[in-house]
Amino acid sequence: MAERSRLHVPHPPARPGEKPDFSYVTVTAAGEVARPDVKAPAREVENLGREMVRVLDDDGHALGPWNPHLEPEDLQVALRHMLLTRLFDDRMQRMQRQGRISFYMKSTGEEAISVAQAMALQPGDMLFPSYRNQGLFIVRGRSLVDLMCQCLSNTRDMCRGRQMPIMYHWRAGNIFSISGNLATQFPQAVGWAMAAAIKGEDHIAAAWTGEGASAEADFHHGMTFAAVYQAPVILNVVNNQWAISTFQGFAGGERRTFAEYGPGYGIPGVRVDGNDFLAVYAVTRWAAERARQSGGPTLIEHVTYRAGAHSTSDDPSRYRPKEEWAAWPLGDPITRLKQHLIGLGEWSDERQAALERQLDAHVIECWKEAASFGTLTEGPTLDPATMFEDVFFEMPPHLARQREALKRLAGSQPAKGSEQARSLEARPATAAKEG
Amino acid sequence: MAHMNMVQALNSAMDIMLERDPRVVILGEDVGYFGGVFRCTDGLQRKYGEHRVLDTPIAEGGIIAAAIGMGVNGLKPVAEIQFADYIYPAFDQIVSELARLRYRTAGDFSAPVTIRTPCGGGIRGGQTHSQSPEGIFTHVCGIKVVMPSNPYDAKGLLISSIEDEDPVVFFEPKRLYNGPFDGDPHKPAVPWSAHPKGAVPEGYYKVSLSKAEVVRRGRDVTILVYGTMVHVAEAAMRLAKVDAEIIDVRALAPLDTDTLCSSVCKTGRCVIVHEATRYSGFGAELAATVQEECFWHLEAPIARVTGWDTPYPHAFEWEYFPGPARIAAALTRVMEDR
Repeated sequence: MAERSRLHVPHPPARPGEKPDFSYVTVTAAGEVARPDVKAPAREVENLGREMVRVLDDDGHALGPWNPHLEPEDLQVALRHMLLTRLFDDRMQRMQRQGRISFYMKSTGEEAISVAQAMALQPGDMLFPSYRNQGLFIVRGRSLVDLMCQCLSNTRDMCRGRQMPIMYHWRAGNIFSISGNLATQFPQAVGWAMAAAIKGEDHIAAAWTGEGASAEADFHHGMTFAAVYQAPVILNVVNNQWAISTFQGFAGGERRTFAEYGPGYGIPGVRVDGNDFLAVYAVTRWAAERARQSGGPTLIEHVTYRAGAHSTSDDPSRYRPKEEWAAWPLGDPITRLKQHLIGLGEWSDERQAALERQLDAHVIECWKEAASFGTLTEGPTLDPATMFEDVFFEMPPHLARQREALKRLAGSQPAKGSEQARSLEARPATAAKEG
Repeated sequence: MAHMNMVQALNSAMDIMLERDPRVVILGEDVGYFGGVFRCTDGLQRKYGEHRVLDTPIAEGGIIAAAIGMGVNGLKPVAEIQFADYIYPAFDQIVSELARLRYRTAGDFSAPVTIRTPCGGGIRGGQTHSQSPEGIFTHVCGIKVVMPSNPYDAKGLLISSIEDEDPVVFFEPKRLYNGPFDGDPHKPAVPWSAHPKGAVPEGYYKVSLSKAEVVRRGRDVTILVYGTMVHVAEAAMRLAKVDAEIIDVRALAPLDTDTLCSSVCKTGRCVIVHEATRYSGFGAELAATVQEECFWHLEAPIARVTGWDTPYPHAFEWEYFPGPARIAAALTRVMEDR
């Protein structure tokens, strides 16, 4: 029979109603992968992109050359950050369901990545997060009240009402603005790192994107520039298996790992168990040391699972089996670190339960405080006229005229100043030009 | 005749075209198995298979470039960009390639690609899920630009777009997917089944890509408007108590100058309304055309009511949105001018 070309369409291993199957995820035993010198040439460490760096085994023991040997106190802090991230996420999702915020995106199941990486980097290192990296803000000490106020678009919102929930930024904390557009920060982080090298500074940059967004051209721009200039940057692909409804095969994951993009560009690619706090920490330290010693960029693929929906607008039961999270071979990052600490004799289920109660109470307290600065449904509210600020450094005349027009309009509606909708019953505003 | 919302009408148009023309293929992020994040392609992959309705990698530039290649090779691709706000990675492929392919090869190559993309605000989408970038595309020679305001037109215009030999950027006002919207977010939602334009034939029909529609006859003033704002303009007219002639421009490029200008010449007054920002917006093209064609008939300066010249702010979408009060103020003003 004559052969002919045929279009290949990737299929996830299981759809709703089918049995989850993660046999496609190659898992290396904990402690198995050698830890090369941080100055090793990219082509000598290509195995790191195919294997999986793991430290914690299934019983919670830390094994092998990547074990960072952290102090128990540090591990307890890490556990606290991860747990706080999860409880914060849960609370915010509930607030969205109650109509108090418009939208939310949880990072459930992926907490180890942000928390371990933020702890492994220096405070002066610049972070370019994606939209599931809330743990970076938590580790660096941004208060939950501030994060909640952003989600509420209220009078204390760092974005002054301009962004959807979770699009945080923190200049003083060296965390760049999250973009709703995908992978845009990847090449920007490279540029930031190039500037650090130009200025002769010791700081490095780190950027995150999902495996789905690695299909965007910006991902490849970032890789090319990082390789060409050997920029001091850590480029992270969080492979959580699902990009809304399309599984990782639709981003090119069927025949190679995402870490293996690295060697193609001349960049070391490291594939790490993203639910293993110790492994993520160790790999990040390796890449950071490499960057600080003029070794150039590293691509890290964090293998994890998006336990929740893509966002509060998404319903994953339409496209993947409900049981997948329970069947995920790399477990729950919080449970695994907890188990490790218990094995060390430095933690217990009782302490875990007490910590959970304490943090949950803290989250509720923070929410009460944040809501006192306004919610979507209750005041106080920002002055709508502020929407004209920050478009330019100095407001041009046409925007000033438009701001005046808005104020006149609001002035004609005493019932509820900012609600234009009320004007349906009001008289038309004074006849004046708008801009 | 069936009752359809705009999502169902668009779905029906694609269903019919997939059935009628084996060259038609659908591609985009989440459009296949899932049926699209707004459900516009729901069930089409199940019905026509994975080689006709393709999920794609998340790469808008790749989606449009691949659609161009498919079009050059004889297919009729219908590409979905999940939000108009995410179309910019494909900008080079649209502007430098898709729009000019016929011209630069003297007609030897072309790609009849239809690009569907949801636009507009009013869904708490903030600055990355609310934009109306139609004016950016009407400025490009070689692509047609369409924006329906109701299910009947949506289906007929989409079928025409898919059959058209030229590339079409087809903007779908997402606030209208489930019902008409008169600009008051506090009113209960109205379904399309209660609107005459929600009555949609189940079979094949076309709506011309080069004709505007007179939505309402009137004597006092002409309102040139399209997309979501058609319904808001109707509410504004009632608020201002004027007898307005409302014209749904519908086809933005090329423009039905005759219908627009004969109305303005009749009423002598013109208010232009769009949700997109004002500065260099599509309203500027409309105003210039009206000025050129109707100058000696004008009783008052042409007025524009648009989104403010800022990104779409999450917290203030109803202060940003050019709602009935602002349109009514403009109507009042052009009626006062002598």
